[in-house]
Amino acid sequence: MEQQQEVVKGASLWRDAWKRLLKNKLAVFGLAVMIIMVVAVTVGPAIIRWTTGYTYDFIPPDGDLIKSFPPSLQHPMGTDDSGRDILARVLQGGRISLMVGVISTLVSLVVGVSYGATAGYLGGKIDNFMMRVVDIIYAIPYILLVIVLLSAFGGQNAPGWIQSISGALGSGQGLSQIILLFFALGLVSWLTMARVVRGQILSLKNQEFVMAARATGVSTPAIIFRHLVPNALGPVIVYATLTIPSVMLSEAFLSFLGIGVQAPFASWGSLAADGIKNISVFPWQLIFPGVTMALTLFSLNFLGDGLRDALDPQTRKF
Amino acid sequence: MNENGNTLISLRNLQVHYDLGGGTLVDRITGGSRVRRVVKAVDGVNLDIKRGETLGLVGESGCGKSTLGKAILRLTEPTGGQVFYGGKDLAHASSGEMREQRKNLQMIFQDPYASLNPRMTVGQIIAEPIRTFNLSNGGNVEAKVQDLMETVGLNRRFTKRYPHEFSGGQRQRIGIARALAVDPEFIVADEPISALDVSIQAQIMNLMERLQREKNLTYLFISHDLRAIRHVADRVAVMYLGKIVELGDAKTVYAEPLMPYTKALISAVPIPDPEIEAKRERITLKGDVPSPINPPSGCHFNTRCRYAIEDCRRIDPALVEIKPKHYAACIRISPERPHIDENDAAGLGAIGEGIPETEKRS
Amino acid sequence: MIETNGHILTVNDLRTYFQTEDGVVKAVDGITFTLAKGETLGIVGESGSGKSVTNLSIMRLIPEPPGKIVSGDIIFDGIDVRKLSIDDVRSIRGKRIAMIFQDPMTSLNPFLKISTQLMEVTELHLGHTKAQAHRHAVKMLETVGIPDAANRVNSYPHEFSGGMRQRVMIAMALSCDPELLIADEPTTALDVTIQAQILELIKDLKARMGTSVILITHDLGVVAGMTDKIIVMYAGKVFEQAPTRELFATPANPYTKGLLKSVPDPAHEEGTELYQIPGLPPDVAHLPPGCPFSPRCERAEDVCHREFPPFVQINENHWSLCHFAKEVYAESVRERAAANLSETQIESHPLA
Repeated sequence: MEQQQEVVKGASLWRDAWKRLLKNKLAVFGLAVMIIMVVAVTVGPAIIRWTTGYTYDFIPPDGDLIKSFPPSLQHPMGTDDSGRDILARVLQGGRISLMVGVISTLVSLVVGVSYGATAGYLGGKIDNFMMRVVDIIYAIPYILLVIVLLSAFGGQNAPGWIQSISGALGSGQGLSQIILLFFALGLVSWLTMARVVRGQILSLKNQEFVMAARATGVSTPAIIFRHLVPNALGPVIVYATLTIPSVMLSEAFLSFLGIGVQAPFASWGSLAADGIKNISVFPWQLIFPGVTMALTLFSLNFLGDGLRDALDPQTRKF
Repeated sequence: MNENGNTLISLRNLQVHYDLGGGTLVDRITGGSRVRRVVKAVDGVNLDIKRGETLGLVGESGCGKSTLGKAILRLTEPTGGQVFYGGKDLAHASSGEMREQRKNLQMIFQDPYASLNPRMTVGQIIAEPIRTFNLSNGGNVEAKVQDLMETVGLNRRFTKRYPHEFSGGQRQRIGIARALAVDPEFIVADEPISALDVSIQAQIMNLMERLQREKNLTYLFISHDLRAIRHVADRVAVMYLGKIVELGDAKTVYAEPLMPYTKALISAVPIPDPEIEAKRERITLKGDVPSPINPPSGCHFNTRCRYAIEDCRRIDPALVEIKPKHYAACIRISPERPHIDENDAAGLGAIGEGIPETEKRS
Repeated sequence: MIETNGHILTVNDLRTYFQTEDGVVKAVDGITFTLAKGETLGIVGESGSGKSVTNLSIMRLIPEPPGKIVSGDIIFDGIDVRKLSIDDVRSIRGKRIAMIFQDPMTSLNPFLKISTQLMEVTELHLGHTKAQAHRHAVKMLETVGIPDAANRVNSYPHEFSGGMRQRVMIAMALSCDPELLIADEPTTALDVTIQAQILELIKDLKARMGTSVILITHDLGVVAGMTDKIIVMYAGKVFEQAPTRELFATPANPYTKGLLKSVPDPAHEEGTELYQIPGLPPDVAHLPPGCPFSPRCERAEDVCHREFPPFVQINENHWSLCHFAKEVYAESVRERAAANLSETQIESHPLA
């Protein structure tokens, strides 16, 4: 008779965390902005092209001397020196900036999590060696490393495989520079991720539930993937969310210096670099890309903080 | 210790030593580590656990009782000695063989909050050992999990719930259900009640006793709570700094402890009765348990023992059968003269058995 | 100044509530007691019973928000603690009321020497100079039985064992010669032999210094030998209040009775199954209507599930929160009389 009764569903920690996240106003704001931003940069450029005919690299043919117009109905964010629509460029730039952030973070996730988990689980001498390698890479100023990478392999010197990728995508040199940027930033941002994951695994592997799994004869891979990884995921997600803005900032910095994304491609950093030249005459050239980027970074940080509060098991305790 | 067919698990000279390396940093760099710092968490334990009994293991924190329990199940690697179970030496079994044996040997953990994976449902937690050993298939697993939950007194409909939705006592029941899932013969219960509320402790002790009767289980019940041990255990082993210092029938050990440490330990237990508390005389031990790194020579207890004589610092006492089936490790008592107070008053010195420290070294 | 009648502490109908996600948690809901000079009061309860919140309320240490002392009086030596400014409370805390916490591992600052931490208290409250404070610190460590105090006073906390740290905490608590010492689970984190040492020390110091003590614990064994009277708390309510001997001999509340029976006592059992209180500990945020213990109570009747029980006065010093307090008391008296036929039992107690 009792067998017929329905099984009571429980609330998983993930669902609890989601509920807690939704209670955090700033995090919800950040999440909403990010959703809007992602949608805008994905479909925005196509809509603009379809309604007004402008693209990010469209230079009007007329020969006006001053081509940079202030915001108007036709150009909501105005135009730049060459007369290109800034809204179209900001949206297109957002694509690149967000992609740099997301792809580099993915690279750092894959490399960092596997490296950190291996070191943490194996422990002992191997752990020691692997973490000393991380320490050494840490000691190299990473912006310098990226600059060296970009100037050594950028432009004409790009390795064949990167050129073939950008060739396949149908575009030339500008794109291979961007792909190089993805890898360069990703390869230096995994270090902290590796440390975060290793720390998590180290503390988890001494938890009693892992010992309980060993006591019931569960195999090592099952222990790692069923018991260790899901429990380490919380801090990893939080850290990844906070890595995106920091990578985006690095990209903006590099583009601002002129070694990152180059024209005709745009990123928020390169747009700001272009804008700052004319700040006293055409302030909108700096203000719009700058504000969009700041809003995005704020939102990501709010979201990251919100996730940390929501996923932190400490808040569970009354 | 006499062997008989009733013995389920035999420990022979079981050791767990942790090497902390050389003394100082300078020692390590120069390679001249004169003092090797070794923690002898379990230091040569001989013990027979009989089929169907509850053997209580008591001692203060740092005495090695938990390590001993984990070493039997190879959750901590023994560094020496043997663990015999079903004619096999578990301490030297291959990891595959050991995994196979885990069907018969299980563990219940102390912390009901840390011992359950917070990301898994209770059903998944209890089912994990069943799936690991392919003991049931498909829908049978779910049915078996529900039966187990009922056995330990949980609602069978709660299999899809997560550990944090249960109270401490309920979580401990989940831990017990997980241990029972493979139908083990032997369970190491490592402080199973010490993290629980008083009114819940009795529930868990009763549950464990009921399960023992129904499933003919053998327990090694590790606890620092002497009242609980006295209640659940058939025999008691008292541990001090890695060694068993007294072993015997639970009631006898409590009524007539032989070894001075056991006497002090039992007299320190507060009794929930003001009349008795007002009348009883306590033996208050001075000082703390010494560090297990380089423990005192001879009898480890000599630094806190009021009966300690010069020989105690020299001679490592052997665990001797002082009274029938009641063993103690103390050189100042012998089967002929089991009362240390009388022996002390009579001015007797070392009359018991011991291994001279010099011989042991070689 | 308020009339004290020789009482060092009077707590009257204290209520402390917490605002949580789950709604209002009535952590302490109406506790009343008096403590005479030199007396020891035990507060016994399980986790979530409100015993620690009571003590934090007396010290005005409730984090606000989420917590709040909603009503009640706390009169310490004629001073209404609730009306004091936080600065005035600070001048009482540590000087006239001192506290010892459960975990000696975390209640000392690991970065400061023992001497610094001990001297800080007396420099602040007694206006000691450095030299005076240092002498006093050494004297206090000697008082609590730390060997070689003059040298060890300059050690760091990690150089002490758990028991020694708890001694240091007691030395710190007593260094201003307080009139009231609140010990919140002082021995829970310690081993039995160390627990015996610490309890002996508190008893001894109390006798020498005449300090009043509130001892908060979950262990009935600890309060049995230490206290003059006991308060039993459950789900934020006082369930029973009585002089120690009377509470143990003739409890008038089913919860107290159950608690006493569920502790394995070598004297009163012989291979029998241990008595167990059924059910789960209360969820203080969602208490049932009626008596909070009714879902777990064996003798609960309809009225228990419906109506909140009265606080019945059994005799001058004995109260019980139960619809059937008088009946339970009468039953205990009968059982006691039956047991007294074998009074010699106490003499032959296996642990006595």
